[in-house]
Amino acid sequence: MATEVSSNLKKVQVRRFKPKEDPEQNYLNAEKGIWSWLTTVDHKRIGVMYLASVTFFFFVGGILALLLRTELWTPAKTFIEANTYNQLFTLHGAIMVFLFLVPAIPTALGNFFLPIQLGAKDVAFPKLNLMSYYLYLTGACIVVFAMISGGVDTGWTFYTPYSTSSSGAITIIVSGIFVIGFSSILTGVNFITTIHKMRAPGMSWGKISLFNWSLYATSIIQILATPVLAITLALVAMERILGIGIFDPALGGDPVLFEHFFWFYSHPAVYIMIVPGFGVVSEVITTFSRKHIFGYWAIALSSLAIAFISFLVWGHHMFVSGQSTLAGMVFSFLTFLVGIPTGIKMFNWTATLYKGSIKLQSPLLFIFGFFFLFLIGGFTGIVLATIALDVHLHDTYYIVAHFHFVMVGGMVMALLAGIHYWWPKMFGRMYNETLAKIACITIFIGFNVTFLPQFVMGAQGMPRRYYNYIEQFQIFHQISTIGSYILGLGFLLVFIYLVKSLFTGEKAPVNPWGSRGLEWQVSSPPPQHNFNHTPVIVHGPYDYHQPMDEFQLGLAESGNGHGDHADIKIDRDEPNREL
Amino acid sequence: MELLNDLLLPPAKSTLAQQTDTLFWFVHLSSLVITVGLLAAVVYFVIKYRRKSEDEVTPLITHNNKLEVTWSVIPLILVLICFGWGYKIYMEQEIAPPDSYEIQVTARQWLWQFSYENGATTTGELHVPAGRPVKLVMSSQDVIHSFYVPAFRLKQDVVPGRYTEMWFNAPKPGESIIFCTEYCGTAHSDMMGTVIVHEEDEFEQWLAKNAGGASKPADLPPAEWGKQLAQQYACATCHSTDGSRLVGPSWKGIFGHEVQLSDGSTVVVDENYIRESILEPNAKVVQGFPPVMNTYKGTLNNEQINAIIEYIKTLK
Amino acid sequence: MANDSTATSQPKFLQHHFVDAEQQFDSAKMGMWVFLVTEILFFGGLFAAYIVYRAWYPDLFVEASIELNTVLGTINTLVLIGSSFTVAMAIRAAQLNQQKKIVINLAITIFLACVFMVIKYFEWTHKFHLGIYPGQFYTFEGIPHPKASVFFSLYFLMTGLHGIHVLVGIGLMIWLLKRTFNGEFSSKYFTPIEITGLYWHLVDIIWIFLFPLFYLIE
Repeated sequence: MATEVSSNLKKVQVRRFKPKEDPEQNYLNAEKGIWSWLTTVDHKRIGVMYLASVTFFFFVGGILALLLRTELWTPAKTFIEANTYNQLFTLHGAIMVFLFLVPAIPTALGNFFLPIQLGAKDVAFPKLNLMSYYLYLTGACIVVFAMISGGVDTGWTFYTPYSTSSSGAITIIVSGIFVIGFSSILTGVNFITTIHKMRAPGMSWGKISLFNWSLYATSIIQILATPVLAITLALVAMERILGIGIFDPALGGDPVLFEHFFWFYSHPAVYIMIVPGFGVVSEVITTFSRKHIFGYWAIALSSLAIAFISFLVWGHHMFVSGQSTLAGMVFSFLTFLVGIPTGIKMFNWTATLYKGSIKLQSPLLFIFGFFFLFLIGGFTGIVLATIALDVHLHDTYYIVAHFHFVMVGGMVMALLAGIHYWWPKMFGRMYNETLAKIACITIFIGFNVTFLPQFVMGAQGMPRRYYNYIEQFQIFHQISTIGSYILGLGFLLVFIYLVKSLFTGEKAPVNPWGSRGLEWQVSSPPPQHNFNHTPVIVHGPYDYHQPMDEFQLGLAESGNGHGDHADIKIDRDEPNREL
Repeated sequence: MELLNDLLLPPAKSTLAQQTDTLFWFVHLSSLVITVGLLAAVVYFVIKYRRKSEDEVTPLITHNNKLEVTWSVIPLILVLICFGWGYKIYMEQEIAPPDSYEIQVTARQWLWQFSYENGATTTGELHVPAGRPVKLVMSSQDVIHSFYVPAFRLKQDVVPGRYTEMWFNAPKPGESIIFCTEYCGTAHSDMMGTVIVHEEDEFEQWLAKNAGGASKPADLPPAEWGKQLAQQYACATCHSTDGSRLVGPSWKGIFGHEVQLSDGSTVVVDENYIRESILEPNAKVVQGFPPVMNTYKGTLNNEQINAIIEYIKTLK
Repeated sequence: MANDSTATSQPKFLQHHFVDAEQQFDSAKMGMWVFLVTEILFFGGLFAAYIVYRAWYPDLFVEASIELNTVLGTINTLVLIGSSFTVAMAIRAAQLNQQKKIVINLAITIFLACVFMVIKYFEWTHKFHLGIYPGQFYTFEGIPHPKASVFFSLYFLMTGLHGIHVLVGIGLMIWLLKRTFNGEFSSKYFTPIEITGLYWHLVDIIWIFLFPLFYLIE
């Protein structure tokens, strides 16, 4: 191999490596037995295990939600007691937030695709990655144990002094979330290091996929915000065990201080949930419109901007908590600023469609669902950032509807789009496209029927976390309950046809959508170590004006990418020779 | 528009509510315009540029600085308008006029108590004069609560260990509902109340009649007074009088009967047990009910407790 | 160097997904730095609580600080700074391939860390003896301030959390010592010593903040 060093640029010769259709060996069958799964350090298998776990907890949280909605069918007791109701909404919130929304996209799809999209063989610390998974699982078990042993009725926000005085397994559940927090931190550490140090030759910062940019921004939030949540929850536990009094007014403490601590994590946390979803949107939109992303840097940097500003807006959860009017003003102003990078993304995605070659397949359909729902979620966020309006709408069903539009309408729709988009790559099987479209439309309708009425009753003054309510709201609650059943059916349908595809689905080709992304240049499912060659990157993942074979280049010898050599010059000998 | 306003917003019954509503509609309608615009563009592109053949090549359009600056700056201007406008109204909501009529509010699980300048106290009912700014000085005895009157578009957390304030001016007599909007435990959703707005002179009369507060009106039999007290102190939030099951045991027919306690022992419901249950609620809890009641020590005096016991005796 | 590494055979310590030892070392070091950032924020929560309470009750902090033994605190500070020095010496020894010096320096570091913990133990037990317990168990009457227990709650929490970090550090260094005896480290591979050293410096720096904030309030 002729290599030649000129200043800091290095020249390498590359050949084309065409991925094999239907290879005999892949990561799923390279090793066998349950033990090989439980002890695996393969990022793909860990991703699959996360996917199974978050799906399980999504359905647990979902069933709790259906129980809550059923109870709200009548203004007084329908079938459960007030205390049970309070425990159910606490667990619905805690499970959905900490066991599903926060980990879902980064740990399941991120773990699977981040190294492949970078051209690496694994994340930087594979063992740490496995440890993160077991920390998550341990934390999840503790949370479930808390649910069985006495229950928790504080709401997922654990506001003091209620959480320090209420009976129930609060110390247990906060220690569970503490453990999950460390899982989240370690995943963040792993991803940041991987993106910095594990990129393949030619994979410069300007060629990283926007999904990876979004994971990068997410990881930054994870490592900076989660430790504060951990220490806050530790303080709540200490308050209960030792009575240290930091949040207890009777001992000289201040409950509003807890709110500050809690939202310092929990506001950035909503961006941990949604920003990876933005990444999925960028991938799916470009693939199904076969077009270069519009405003690559605007989208990449707006993720970082969101990550940065998200740390400065926590006080908008506390406009009526008794904080000073000056603080209220500053937090309101900064909150509006977060809206700008988010808006930029929406405009750029729409512009990407312009003059594209658009094929409306199920992943793209889910993305359009995301568009509609996230726009409503985002704009109602602007309403809530308007401080005088928040005074009226705070802690009503308007808030409930707003964050469900952002979280379910935004993040879950993006997650479903991502799962449908990458399913053929992950498992090597195609799902039933017709059923996927039906499910998407069912979920979309069910979602709107559930949550649009909640905006109306919220603006009318219906407070959240109410077991009983006054009769004028009954009609809205009943429509909402019916919608939740439709929504539940939609999710169940997705689960059924996806699982079915694993057994009876058609074998998936290497690149069913014709994407230029690096993950589509390996077999379906990918080989055990992702690449048998060192991939070399000459074009970005959205360069649809370049022919496909230029995305399949690599070095002949074994070994792997190296971030420090990303500024590489590529020389092609026999560019069309296949190996 | 009128119809839409009535669907989305409760009636506006304070001087500031109208302003808040105008802003509410401004933000919603301008958001709606952008949403519809964007979605229309998406739908148009999807139809116009649908894939006609698998070999289609798309043009390379990477970015356009002018466009990107435009769609960053226009939203920025719009949100700055929302910010400024929202802040202006917020300052009016926050700063009470100096001549406001002051009422003390105490929140506890799960009732609202109001005390007035002349010693009058009420529970669950806030009486205020019409057309005059009223300032509420609020604090909590236990956990965080939040005082919310949808018709006034106002809300303020009520926090233990500190005082928070809010003010309003209700121009017309009438009644509006009060909700607690910060989750505070088992009967959070029953922690409601009513704002009753009187004409100025009617309010003065009401105030004079209720001066002093905590002693029995001379002409009332104890059981009747007990019934009033039970209403005032929101006992019915948790204890029904018709035998139906709420957070706590129903009072109907409970007096003189034996009840099973959560530790397995039994006790006869007599004067002593009821008294103890009011002052130390969690000492002997009836089986099947959560130990969530708070003490009324310092809230109810002996005479009042006796009256409530007399009232419970009448519920056969 | 992507295509030079194949010429030499893969060393035993090199994990399969790295190109070469340099990449592995860089990654490990960067990972540790990122982790240390999370540690700073972890303590940051407690420091924020400290700042808030000190702003609310400045005189309490002056009064209560007198109960803390400045002499023992100073000795502990010197002990930890010394251990930071010896851990740096251990890294230097590894870079120079001096096996014996690695062992000696690690052993001194472990010893100093233990001295720190022993002194802490005596400080804490002395306070317990006086009835200075955290939170609701506080029974000491020597400080006339009604919120005195809050100061000591913070003291116990922050020095306790720091102490846990010291214990973790001792554990890590015993593990390093064992691996040194196995001859796993050399000038080619000393990543675990390097990153444990980084961690130990952080533990040291946090104490350097804790010491004046609790002991030296005038």
